[in-house]
Amino acid sequence: MFKRRRALIALQVALANCVSAAATAESYDLGRTPTSAAIAAWDIAIGPLGAELPTGHGTAEAGADLFAQKCAMCHGATGREGPDPVLAGGQNTLATDKPIRTIGSYWPYATTIFDYVRRAMPLQAPGSLRPDEVYALTAYLLYANGIIEHATIIDGASLPQVLMPNRHGFVVAPRD
Amino acid sequence: MDTTKQQGGPATAHGARSPAETSARLVDPLGDPRSTQSLTPLQDLHGIITPSGLHFERHHAGVPQIKPEAHRLLLHGLVNDAKIFTVEDIKRFPATTKNYFIECSGNGYREWNGPIGQSVQETHGLTSCSEWTGVPLKHLLGEAHIAPGAAWVVAEGADGAAMTRSVPLDKCLDDVLVAYAQNGEMLRPEQGYPLRLLVPGWEGNISVKWLRRLKVVDRPYQTREETSKYTDLMPDGSAKQFTFVMHAKSVITYPSGKHKLPGPGFYEIRGLAWSGRGRITRVEVSTDDGASWQECRLQGPVLDKCHTRFSCDWRWQGKATIIQSRCTDESGYRQSTRTELQAAQGKLPSYHYNAIQRWRIDASGEASNV
Ligand code: HEC
Repeated sequence: MFKRRRALIALQVALANCVSAAATAESYDLGRTPTSAAIAAWDIAIGPLGAELPTGHGTAEAGADLFAQKCAMCHGATGREGPDPVLAGGQNTLATDKPIRTIGSYWPYATTIFDYVRRAMPLQAPGSLRPDEVYALTAYLLYANGIIEHATIIDGASLPQVLMPNRHGFVVAPRD
Repeated sequence: MDTTKQQGGPATAHGARSPAETSARLVDPLGDPRSTQSLTPLQDLHGIITPSGLHFERHHAGVPQIKPEAHRLLLHGLVNDAKIFTVEDIKRFPATTKNYFIECSGNGYREWNGPIGQSVQETHGLTSCSEWTGVPLKHLLGEAHIAPGAAWVVAEGADGAAMTRSVPLDKCLDDVLVAYAQNGEMLRPEQGYPLRLLVPGWEGNISVKWLRRLKVVDRPYQTREETSKYTDLMPDGSAKQFTFVMHAKSVITYPSGKHKLPGPGFYEIRGLAWSGRGRITRVEVSTDDGASWQECRLQGPVLDKCHTRFSCDWRWQGKATIIQSRCTDESGYRQSTRTELQAAQGKLPSYHYNAIQRWRIDASGEASNV
């Protein structure tokens, strides 16, 4: 009886491992187990549910100053003037022959702004912004696109809730 | 100088090509310190392998200088046993060596609505082909034991862009490599030294270079490079997402734009064909502006998701004409014309341009893009 129960558990474990499909029954015993601190230090990818968003918050008000200091020289005073990518405007242009793809007109998820700005911007000092600064800049970019109010607080709870204008504009389909 | 009448140079620790050979990548835009791409001189190459130093480059935050002993690859997320690997650990796994092309999905972008580039380097130079060595990603995932719910893997680079793409788990368990070597030596810095992802047949951007992290997740993470970029906006305003596969494409590399034929007579037309869907099964060439097509020789080896060299004989009569090639892959897909591509995808220049390339040969033998 006891033995049978153990066999059953073994079977369940085996089935659970089957989910992994990979035909790798044998272990090569290479690599170490990372510490949770090591994982946390690198775990910067923010999914569309925003589960990985750090603590912190910001508003467009605070973000406007930061944008002027750290971003405007490349993206323009309001994010529309360039020379580097245009970050605001362009709504209702996607179906025209001069589409303007910006955060407001094209990006399907607000979480992508936080993820990308934190990892890659400003161009000459990527990864230098603190979470509060990234939240504030994200809020500013959403505000500049008319998606949120000036005083809306953007944090780990509110950011994933922001409905982007082009949220339903994408289809997963192969090219013909 | 008669080289048979004197001693040559001594043996050297690391060889260099003849000083007479000057073939080079085209750095675009030349001289800009922020330049983020360079194109392969396909017109100068033979066979199917791109010399590592001539492999095209595309990066989003420059080429990082990474010390291999300090580099780590973290594998975590929806796995039962998260792992962190050194480069030496990765090299100890059973290795796989395969030839694959990598093509940027922006290759030929500017050609969408008409000829722009002058040479084949300008029109097609964002594709290259190498022998890659690495560990199949499925071995690493096997070590970490994937947990239920896993469906995608987020791959991240150690460059200033911390380049990030979501890769479907099925593909990761199929033919994706974590590569450390290219053409028999360790990767070049601009190709991801010391580790890169190699996602065969798919748009180049997803083969994340300077790979430092793989996070197993339940859904695509909607990164900037799979939403704002590398998506295909259609005329109706909708956009196609995750259009990973590079469609079959061929191009005549000799004679091609900027070449000049010395006079009428025999020429071997040569070119390359490749497909993200598998092997090339057929290449045809027309030397009379599409009135007739002749079957080309495929020079072996003809490999899966790899550049394939083709050739055919041509006797040029000295009259102006247009030459072009079209290929078919093992899925049955045949390369189409620019007009057909525009009809299917619209006139907005986009990623995945793969139309037939036409070269005009004028009566003086000069070749140009038409
Ligand atoms: C030195 C110039 C420079 C500065 C300063 C700069 N950026 Fe950028 N930014 C760029 C360039 C260039 C790109 C395009 C990068 C690429 O395509 O790889 C870009 C891209 C972006 C994008 C993505 C645009 C798109 O449509 O995909 C966002 C968002 C962005 N920057 C936000 C910011 C913010 C916020 C700041 C200030 C903290 C900032 N940038 C500072 C040059 C700059």
